[in-house]
Formats: sequence, C-alpha cells, structure tokens
Amino acid sequence: MTDMTTASPAAVARNAGSLLEHGDRTRNRHASERRFRILGLIAVGFGILALVGLLTSILVNGVSSFRQTYVTLDVQLDEAKLDKTGNRNTEELRKVTTFVYAPLIEKALAQFIEERGIAVEGLTKKDVSGIISKEAPASLRSVVLADPSKIGGTVSFDVLTDGRIDGYYKGRVTMASAELDRNVSPAQLKLADALKDAGALNTRFNWDFLTAPDASDTRPEAAGLGVAILGSAYMMLIVLALSLPIGVAASIYLEEFAPSNRITDTIEVNIANLAAVPSIVFGILGLAVFINYAGLPQSAPVVGGLVLMLMTLPTIIIATRAALKAVPPSIREAALGIGASKMQTIFHHVLPLAAPGILTGTIIGLAQALGETAPLLLIGMVAFVREYPSAPPEGFFDPASALPVQVYNWTQRGDPAFVERASGAIIVLLIFLVIMNGLAILLRRRFERRW
Amino acid sequence: MDMYANNTVAGKIGERAMAEKSNAVKMRGENVNVFYGEKQALFDVNLDILENQVTAMIGPSGCGKSTFLRCLNRMNDTIDVCRVTGKITLDDENIYDPGVDVVELRARVGMVFQKPNPFPKSIRENIAYGPRIHGLTRSKTDLEEIVVTSLQKAGLFEEVKDRLDAPGTGLSGGQQQRLCIARAIAVQPSVILMDEPCSALDPIATAKVEELIDELRENYTIAIVTHSMQQAARVSQRTAMFHLGNLVEIDQTDKIFTNPEDKRTQDYITGRYG
Ligand SMILES: Nc1ncnc2c1ncn2[C@@H]1O[C@H](COP(=O)(O)OP(=O)(O)OP(=O)(O)O)[C@@H](O)[C@H]1O
Ligand SMILES: [Mg+2]
Repeated sequence: MTDMTTASPAAVARNAGSLLEHGDRTRNRHASERRFRILGLIAVGFGILALVGLLTSILVNGVSSFRQTYVTLDVQLDEAKLDKTGNRNTEELRKVTTFVYAPLIEKALAQFIEERGIAVEGLTKKDVSGIISKEAPASLRSVVLADPSKIGGTVSFDVLTDGRIDGYYKGRVTMASAELDRNVSPAQLKLADALKDAGALNTRFNWDFLTAPDASDTRPEAAGLGVAILGSAYMMLIVLALSLPIGVAASIYLEEFAPSNRITDTIEVNIANLAAVPSIVFGILGLAVFINYAGLPQSAPVVGGLVLMLMTLPTIIIATRAALKAVPPSIREAALGIGASKMQTIFHHVLPLAAPGILTGTIIGLAQALGETAPLLLIGMVAFVREYPSAPPEGFFDPASALPVQVYNWTQRGDPAFVERASGAIIVLLIFLVIMNGLAILLRRRFERRW
Repeated sequence: MDMYANNTVAGKIGERAMAEKSNAVKMRGENVNVFYGEKQALFDVNLDILENQVTAMIGPSGCGKSTFLRCLNRMNDTIDVCRVTGKITLDDENIYDPGVDVVELRARVGMVFQKPNPFPKSIRENIAYGPRIHGLTRSKTDLEEIVVTSLQKAGLFEEVKDRLDAPGTGLSGGQQQRLCIARAIAVQPSVILMDEPCSALDPIATAKVEELIDELRENYTIAIVTHSMQQAARVSQRTAMFHLGNLVEIDQTDKIFTNPEDKRTQDYITGRYG
C-alpha cells in the first residue's frame, strides 16, 4: 500500500514524457520488429521460389506426356493371315502373334503414302516402317481379339508413332539431332511432316498414359501408368483398411483405458519414435518378415500395403490421440453425468467430435504412404510388370508396380523420352496427393463443430 | 431376512429423529476421506442429504465442496489419482461397494456442471440421449413425451418448442444450463447434484434457475455447491460449511446464516474470508 504513494523515480521518468515521443527503447523495439519481419518475408519468399521452380520444371518436362502422336490409318484385317480357319475361334486367334499384325500396319502406311503421292528423298522402306511404334501391332492385335468380327474388313486405327517422331512434335528431337541419332533419320521426320500435312498424323490427349502398363526400354511412347496406379490403389486400400481401425482402436485404448504406468509410457514413447524411423527400415522389416518368413510373394501389393501400413500406423495413432485429447472434458463429464458408460461416452460423443481430426490424420498418413518409395524397392515392387493385377482380393497377391517406384524406374532408363514419362508420372502422383490433401481440408471444414 | 429388514427400518427411524425433520436421509457420507495422490482433500466428512430438500455447500475456494459433490455420484472415479475412503450411502446402500455399477448410480444421481455443457447435437437429442441409453422408453412417442416434459419441468419448453432440432449449443448460457438440467431430469434420477450451476450466468438467468431448483425440490433431492451466500439462503433448506477439507458445520440454512455455531462460518458468511 505504501509503495503506491511513494512511486520510485524510474516510474516517474517513464510516465513523464509524451506518448508521441519515442525513447531509445521504443525505437530499438521497432527496429528489431522490422528486422524480424523482413527476415520472415525472405524465408517465405525463398520457400515459394523453390516450390515454383520445382513445379515449373516438372510441368515443363512432364505435361507433354499427356499428349501423344498417332497416325490414323485404314488397316485391312486380312482374313487369310489372321484367321486361316475362318471360324473366328478365340483360342486360335490368340495364337496369331504380333509379327503377323506388323505387316498389316506397314502395308496400310505404304498404301497411304502411295495414294497421297508423298515422296521424301532418301527414304528407305525400313525408314517408313520405323516411324511406327513397335507397340502398334500389339494394340491392333488387342483390338481384333476384343472384336473378332472385324476380321476381313478394314478398320480406321490410330497407330502409335515411334518415340522419336513423337519427340519431334514435342521439341525433344530436331532435324539436327536426328542427323546424329541412330534411331531416327531426318528423312523420317520429313515423312512425318508430310503425313501431318496430309492430315493423317496428329497429336492428341494420351489416355494410354494413365491406363497402359509399363513398356520396355525401346518403347517409351507406349509406357503408361496403368499397373502403377492400380498397384498404388491396391496398397492404399490395404493401408486404409488395416491402419485406420488398428490405429483408432490403439489410440482409444491408450488415451481412454490404459492405466498410466511405466509400460504405457514406454509404449507411448516408442510410438512417437516409430514415426521417425527411416522408411527403408520398414522395407527391410517387410522383406525379412513378410517375404522371407511369412512367404508372401515379392512385388505384391499385399506386402507393400502391409509395410506401408506399419509406416502409417504411428501417424494415425498420433493424430487420433491428439484429436481425442482435443475433445473438451466437459463433453465427457456431461455424458458420464447422465449415466453413459465409458464405452458409450467414447463412441457416442468423443469419437464423433474427434472424427475430423482422425480423418485428416489418416488422409495425411495415406498421402505419405502413397509417395513412399524406398521400402517398396526392397520388397521388389520395382520389377517390370506388364500384366494388370486381377481384381481384389486375388489381385493383392499379383505382381504390380507403384507410382513413386514407377517414377524411379523410368528415371533409370536410357531413352530421354522416359524423362518426360517420369515427370508425367510425378504430375499424376502430385495430382493424387493434392486431391487427398484437399479431401482432408474439406472433411475438416465439413465436420468441424463448435462445442 | 426379517431381522435385517427390521434393522434397517429401526435404523431409519433413528436417523429421522436425528435429522429433527420429517425428511428421510437420502444420501449420507460417513467418515469420507478423499485423496488426490498424496494430497488429502477431505477429512472425515460426515454429512446427511435429506430427501426432497436442497442442501447447499458453501466454503472458501479449494475447500473441497466440488470434491465431496463428485463423490456422491462417483464422478471422481474418472480421475486416476483420486482415492476415496469411508462410506457414502444412497438409500442406505453403500455406493462405493465393489458390487455397485457406476452407470446405474449415475442414472439415479444426476449431475449439472458449473459450465453449461450441452452435447453439440440438437436440443431434442440432448434430452433423448439419456433415456435412450437407459432404455427408459419403448417407442418414439414415449421418448418425445419425455423430451417435452423434461423441458417443461426445466422451464425451457416455451422458449425452445419451435426449434427442438436446433443445436443445443446455439442457446444462450442460461438456456443451456436449463437444458442441462432438463437433460439430467430426463433420466429420472432421484438426486440431482449441481456444482455452481449459476456461476456462468447473468442475474436474470440465475433467478430462473434458482426458481427452477426450488420447484424441483418437490420431486428430487438436490445438493448444490455455490459461492453465493444469497443463493444458498434463497434456495436451500440446509447448508453445509466446508473449510480446508473439513466439514465445519451443517444445519438449517436460516440457523447457519443467523446464528452459526462456528467462528469460521461466521467469518465466511460475513465476508471476512476470501
Ligand atoms: N483433479 C485433481 N487433482 C489433484 N488435486 C485436486 C483435483 N481436484 C481438486 N483438487 C484439490 O482438492 C482440493 C479441493 O478442490 P475442490 O475442487 O473440491 O475445491 P472447491 O471447494 O470446489 O473449490 P472452488 O470453490 O474453487 O470450486 C483443492 O486443494 C484442489 O487443489
Ligand atoms: Mg468447485
């Protein structure tokens, strides 16, 4: 009480001056605030710049993989070659290999060139057939096998062109580079231009990139993400189906039921540690336990899914526990106070309120799992797979690839066309990730409640 | 069996005589000690709560009023470190007996909290939830009737009858608190515990809740913790004074406020204590 009346000299000095006059301390404070703000802006700017740079380089390299160059030709499906018996027996049709189909396409192309009177200097017969992708006969074969009644007639067929021709229209191949390239000659490029002028050759949206399986080193133009997307989808299904219930159950037990003792503490610390374990370690674990010990097949989504599930589990448990903790205790008291049992309190009141947090955590965990590469390499998901896995659940045991592994795989290949494919695959992966994160935000907005 | 029945009847008569009033003992604490870990929060509390009366608990902050109240429906069970010794009876049955199911107990001894805490659901759902989990109704119409009568008893029905499907969290503070009381009533308890039910409310809402408490006394036994002397004087028939974990005294409210036995009570009600 007495202090108030006899204020210290320092306090007097403080209260004396005008509020508009700034002392040294105030000026220093302002300067340091300004410095900090500038520093923050620089940091944010640097981050944005890095992100923009990354995205542009990926887009510049990859967007073109969504477009592909085709020659539209009328191909005669010669019955004498494709179906000698003439009974359209599927079994026998299957025995006819792509070697039989190739000449049909070549003939159609030669015919077109002749009809339109296209003449290119120095063009050999091998050059002409060289502009067609080695994949084209196989595509034609599958068209015929899908509908054998077409045999004997003429079909208008979009013939995939060779990767170099495709690259010519995407700026990857030029006349000058073609001079030096063993795989393509300037004459072929001129032929392609002539075909384009004649309206037969065009570049259009490339659905096959999303649906077709991977292709061998010599056929980058045919390589697609179909198997990888399926494989990733299967793995995500497994991860979701296992880690969500296990993670939520574990969290509820730890958060609501577990007695707080040494064992619980140890478990908690270890779950937090588990989230920080390098992913490749999970790969080694998967290799040792699921493949070598349990005898599950290599390259199978089931193994990938199990490994990724182990990785996702800590993320989900941590997110779920945080969400459960965030539910105000007053809600629990309210429920317990009117005689709800512990289980009823949790399942009727706490869990619904924690759901947005749990779902967000789950989706973020899944997104992490979707982009994970290292553990999948160890369990053989990097294998070259051209067969689509069958429908689940058997399909979980079929060999498959995965999106990030496909990216890795393509960057390892020689042909520059695969760089384009890899960037395209990254774009697809990023789109999936953006969709998943968007979904997480949406769910959070949608279910967020005041209490 | 007969012997036993006789004993309890005899016992009851004895208690009634002790309580000096016609009301029976609804709940009774005998030598209640409560510990939070090593720390003892209540020391040998002996306290009767009489049927169809409002028993107020007063005392300085931290003296253990809430702690005792929460012992009465074993809400303290949810606190890991909390340990209760002694005996608390509801209709002469020890509620801390290992054979007692807390869910059943809490259905009979309802609770209203300091801060209104409606579920983030509709008004109807807030009330219907309790009866539903306790299986009090067979049909939807029965349930609807419970919702309506509970709201009526809590004096809230007229205000919300047009928006039973609106969220309970959208009501005003006072309405929310009455909703919480209605929610407690809907389970058809015999005792209602209230921990500073008006501390978050303005004077008008407080008056309404106090009025309500007075009406509820007819059908329920009520124990209320309050920091307001006036409130204790207005709503309660008996008042218990706590201090540092001890029950200082318990008596008729008018006696406590006019002629307390203990100096500490005297000091507290005249405002000489924090
Ligand atoms: N969960 C808990 N853990 C540990 N100690 C607690 C806990 N709850 C209460 N206590 C202690 O028990 C004692 C009594 O607390 P209580 O909440 O019963 O007081 P109160 O009389 O209700 O006070 P107020 O009027 O401020 O609400 C206090 O010393 C408090 O610190
Ligand atoms: Mg209290």
